[in-house]
Amino acid sequence: MNVPDHLRYADSHEWIDPGSPDAALVGISDHAQAELTDVVYLELPEVGRTVSKGEAIAVVESVKAANDIYAPVSGEVVEVNDGLAEAPEPINEDPYGAGWMVKIKVSDSSELESLHDAGSYREHVS
Amino acid sequence: MQQSPLHSRHVELKARFLPFAGWEMPIQYEGIVAEHKAVRDAVGVFDISHMGELIVSGAEATSWLNTMLTNDVGSLRDGEGQYTLMLNESGGVIDDLILYREAEDRYFLVVNASKIAEDIDWLQKHCDGDVSLENQSESWGGLAVQGPASVEIWKTLRPDLDLPERNGIVRHEEGWIACRTGYTGEDGFELFDTNEAIGNWFDQFLEAGVTPCGLGARDTLRLEKCYPLNGSDLDEKHTPLEAGLGFFVKLEKEAVFTGRSSLIAQKKEGIPNRLAAIRMTGKAPPPRQGYEIRADTGNPIGELSSGSLSPSLGTGIGMAYLPAAFTKPGQEVVIVIRDREFPAVVVKKPFL
Repeated sequence: MNVPDHLRYADSHEWIDPGSPDAALVGISDHAQAELTDVVYLELPEVGRTVSKGEAIAVVESVKAANDIYAPVSGEVVEVNDGLAEAPEPINEDPYGAGWMVKIKVSDSSELESLHDAGSYREHVS
Repeated sequence: MQQSPLHSRHVELKARFLPFAGWEMPIQYEGIVAEHKAVRDAVGVFDISHMGELIVSGAEATSWLNTMLTNDVGSLRDGEGQYTLMLNESGGVIDDLILYREAEDRYFLVVNASKIAEDIDWLQKHCDGDVSLENQSESWGGLAVQGPASVEIWKTLRPDLDLPERNGIVRHEEGWIACRTGYTGEDGFELFDTNEAIGNWFDQFLEAGVTPCGLGARDTLRLEKCYPLNGSDLDEKHTPLEAGLGFFVKLEKEAVFTGRSSLIAQKKEGIPNRLAAIRMTGKAPPPRQGYEIRADTGNPIGELSSGSLSPSLGTGIGMAYLPAAFTKPGQEVVIVIRDREFPAVVVKKPFL
C-alpha cells in the first residue's frame, strides 16, 4: 500500500497536500481506492463552496455502492478535477496524482496538524 | 453468520465479504467489472453454497408439487428442470426456484438462501398425502460455472461425462449433482457436492483458468438479463404477472395451485403494476435500489427494486414496479438521485 510521506490523511481516508495551503490538493488514499475498487462515477462540489472539516463534499461511486468524500480541513473549494467526472479511472490508477479531486484553500492551517501523518495513517489502516 | 465451505479459499483469494441472507459471502475478488466481463467473455465460477436444496419425494410428489408451484410439474420428464414460483393465497411471490425431476417420485429443488426457512414452513404447512420433504441445505456446497467457455472447461476436467441438456439435471454415482442452469444469461452449469468435496471442484476450476466471481458480479450479470432477485424484484406484494413472469405460470394446468384464483382475478381486472426495465439516458450516477422514479410530469410513480451500473453497456440500469400505463418501451421517466433529477427511459427487457 502506497502512503506518500509528504501528505496528511483523514480518518476517513482522504489525503491533502499541506505544502500549498492556498490550493491544497485533496484526493483519496491508495487504501481507499483499493477498498472501493472500480470507481465508475464521481460527483464534485461547486468551485467557490465554503466547506467545514468533516463535511461531505463529493460522492464517489463504485458498481456496488455510493460513498461520501469528506473535507479533511475547512476552507474554500478553489478548483475541481473536472476530467474525473468524465473518466474517473485515475482515482484507482493514480490516486495521489491524476486522481486528485479538489483543491481547497485552507482556512485554518492548524487543522492540517490534526490529521494523520504518513506513519500514523499506516497504523490507522493496518 | 454462516460461512461457506469455501470460506478459507475466498480469504486466500483476498475476497471482500458481505453479509447475505445470514451468510458471509464473497462480494468480489479482483473487482466486479473484471469478474462480470470474465463471465460474459469466457468463464467464471461463483460460490453458491448459501443456496437451499430441498428434496421432495413420495408417490404423490408430482401431484402435490403441482398444487404448490406455478409452472407445470407434469411437463417434466426425468432429468429435466424448470423455473417456477411458489405463491401465497393472494398470488404474491414467496419464492422463485428451480425444480428438477430426478424421478416421478423424487424432485430436487434449489431455492433462495434467504427463503429456506420460509419455504420449508410453507411447504410443511401444506404437506399432505404420500409426500415427504427434506431440507438438505446444510449438506450441500455449490458452485455456478458460467460463461461461453464453461462447457469447454467441463470437458477438460471430466471428458468422460457429458453435462445435462439446458435446464437438465444429472446425479452422478460419486454423489455430486450437475444442473445446466444459472443466473447470468450465459451457458453454464451448477454443481452441488458435499461440503467436504466442493473445495476440490473449486480448486480444479481455478487451476483450469476459471475466474472466481463474487455476488457483486452475479447481481450485475442477472440484472442485465432482467432476472429478478427475490426480496428486491419479487415479494409477497407483487404477483408473477406483475413481474412479467407469466410464462412460468400455467393457469390452464390441471392442478389448482396456491394463488391461482388471485392471478385469474388480477388478469381479469387488469394488471395494475408491471416490473419495468429502466435505462439512464445521459451521464448520471448509477441508479440504485430505493431511488424514487417520477413521471416526466414530476409525479412520483415508484422506486427502483434493483439498480446498478451495467458493466456491459456502460450505463445505469434498473428495474421498478410502475403503474402499467408507464411501462411501455420509450416511456420517459426521471430518477431522483441525491435530490437531483436524471432522465431515464423504459426499455424492452432484457437490457442485454
